[in-house]
Amino acid sequence: MSSTLSKIKLPYLLLLPGFLFLFTFFILPIVNLAQTSTQTPIAGGDTGQYEQSLRFANYLNAFTENKEQFGRSFLYAISATILALAIAYPLAYAIAFKAGKYKNLLLVLVIAPFFTSFLLRTVAWKQILGEEGFVVPPLRTLGIIGDSTTLTSTSFAVIMGLTYNFLPFMTLPLYASLERIDPRTMEASGDLYANGLTTFRKVTLPLSMPGVVAGTLLTFIPAAGDYVNAAILGNPNTKMIGNVIESRYFKIVDYPTAAALSFTLMAAILILVTLYIRKAGTEELV
Amino acid sequence: MADVSTATRGDLRLTRITKTYADFSAVNDLSLTIPEGSFFALLGPSGCGKTTTLRMIAGLEEPTVGSIHLGTTDITTKRPYQRPINTVFQNYALFPHLTIFENIAFGLRRRGIKDVDADVNKVLELVELPHLAQRKPTSLSGGQQQRIALARAIVNRPALLLLDEPLGALDLKLRRQMQIELKWIQREVGLTFVHVTHDQEEAMTMADTIAVMNEGEIEQMGTPADLYDNPKTAFVANFLGQSNLIKGRIEGNDGDNLVVDLFGQKISMPKNRSHAVDSSIYAGIRPEKFRISLLGTPTRGNILTGGRIEEVSYIGVSTQYQVIMPWGQELMVFEQNDDGVPPFDKGDEVMISWEPNFTFALRGDEDAEAGTEVAPDDLDEDE
Repeated sequence: MSSTLSKIKLPYLLLLPGFLFLFTFFILPIVNLAQTSTQTPIAGGDTGQYEQSLRFANYLNAFTENKEQFGRSFLYAISATILALAIAYPLAYAIAFKAGKYKNLLLVLVIAPFFTSFLLRTVAWKQILGEEGFVVPPLRTLGIIGDSTTLTSTSFAVIMGLTYNFLPFMTLPLYASLERIDPRTMEASGDLYANGLTTFRKVTLPLSMPGVVAGTLLTFIPAAGDYVNAAILGNPNTKMIGNVIESRYFKIVDYPTAAALSFTLMAAILILVTLYIRKAGTEELV
Repeated sequence: MADVSTATRGDLRLTRITKTYADFSAVNDLSLTIPEGSFFALLGPSGCGKTTTLRMIAGLEEPTVGSIHLGTTDITTKRPYQRPINTVFQNYALFPHLTIFENIAFGLRRRGIKDVDADVNKVLELVELPHLAQRKPTSLSGGQQQRIALARAIVNRPALLLLDEPLGALDLKLRRQMQIELKWIQREVGLTFVHVTHDQEEAMTMADTIAVMNEGEIEQMGTPADLYDNPKTAFVANFLGQSNLIKGRIEGNDGDNLVVDLFGQKISMPKNRSHAVDSSIYAGIRPEKFRISLLGTPTRGNILTGGRIEEVSYIGVSTQYQVIMPWGQELMVFEQNDDGVPPFDKGDEVMISWEPNFTFALRGDEDAEAGTEVAPDDLDEDE
């Protein structure tokens, strides 16, 4: 009897640490953030003093004032996601099917950037794209960019930074799902009169869709909320919504607007992701 | 879509095929003709080169040396999708993201055939699974997946159908049933089947012609009965069923027969069943060809005396005896339990006799154990 009881209880016991952790460090802060988002400044109070109210107009104001940054965030995030997919798919494919004994080494190389700080890696791109770097001079020599064009502090640099920083998040799920494909199904496709391209379209790509969906989500979601790349590699005209939230919170101490923007961003991402998953149609993922 | 000439028909000819990988050679100077319409088996233990041979026919590997012809067309370097050849893969390799219907229609659609319904439904009927058309492969049992893999291949009516250990993943009972069905389907559709297996019973049940392969070469080729009754090498004698190989010496001729000395006892055997090159031989007799009788009982044919029963195993349909001979060799004897005679007991002093025509002779310098150490059913089917 007691053993049956403990069997029933066991799953709950296993859930408990995670639940306690998330409750303390996720649920409570989120509730707190929700409260903050509808606060109003205390009449006659100091900067940064707010009282609790239900001022939902904060949301409308926050959104209308920052439409441009929202749009830019999603535009950059989508561009970076597409670029990362274009780079990561062949990479993951090669590691999964062609790397042979170098498979593990290549996988380590994919995650090697994580051994250094995210900030450092982003700052490094300033050098890479700088006037003295190894990208700009050759491009100038080839006449691809003009003498007065610079690459740092541009939207191009921000998108490149985002692409680079989230590339492993694209590569790993793609690799995982490609690696699971039985190579015999590709042989079978060839055997059944499909050439290489058709085999890719009809067999390999559909079978790797779970990886494509997971990789694009893992890239798009953090990229949309990122502010480091825009802060380090961009200019005042390439601000993303993360930068706005950051400055509202730390510089202007406008907590309610920062909180409202955070929630709006969450909602927007949620809607886009839901639409995307519907479209991509991989039931096993959700 | 793909450039497939389905008009290409005829015998499949492999001419002096060699396949060498970096560190070993899988197939060695192999030549083979597979007649159109036949059920042909490539039989051999793991690593004998049979799967490599099949993959070269399918176009999944390219021979290092040699050529492959289908009818009069040289297909040696054609891509898999350019060959009128389809494969039933080991573990089936069905497309997990497509329905059974779409799996079967795959080849037809790639060849640009628009109206696939009739063809697909017809093969689904043939494999008796029309009700599964809209299911996904993962929801099917192993036996059902096997049939779908077969249907997906034969719907294209290829000039040649390759089967790579097609029944390897099924349990024994299902395997027996599928063997009979496969044979029936082959007759029904009239295609050439090339079947790769390590299971000698499977090969013998289904194939018209078997090529026994060992270490990249063909040891012997013939009908199942040929191979079983008159093996040319110790490997074939031991790999196809069991054999008693007794060291001996050809002493002389007696008309169409040879007189052979086996440890001092004279036996006779037909000349044309000897594959020896000199007088040193192994005389081979299948265990079920032996008869056992007690000393002093009248008997006919070749006789070996001085045996003692070492071991008796009753297995219902027959009783298996191990009889130790004066020269120390244990012979295996299978006796049908069909004559109401009670089995012999351990320790009985017996004679062994058999019809001279059942004797075959192998070269005396062969390894009498060749092919025995392989227990085909225990092997991993991968090469």
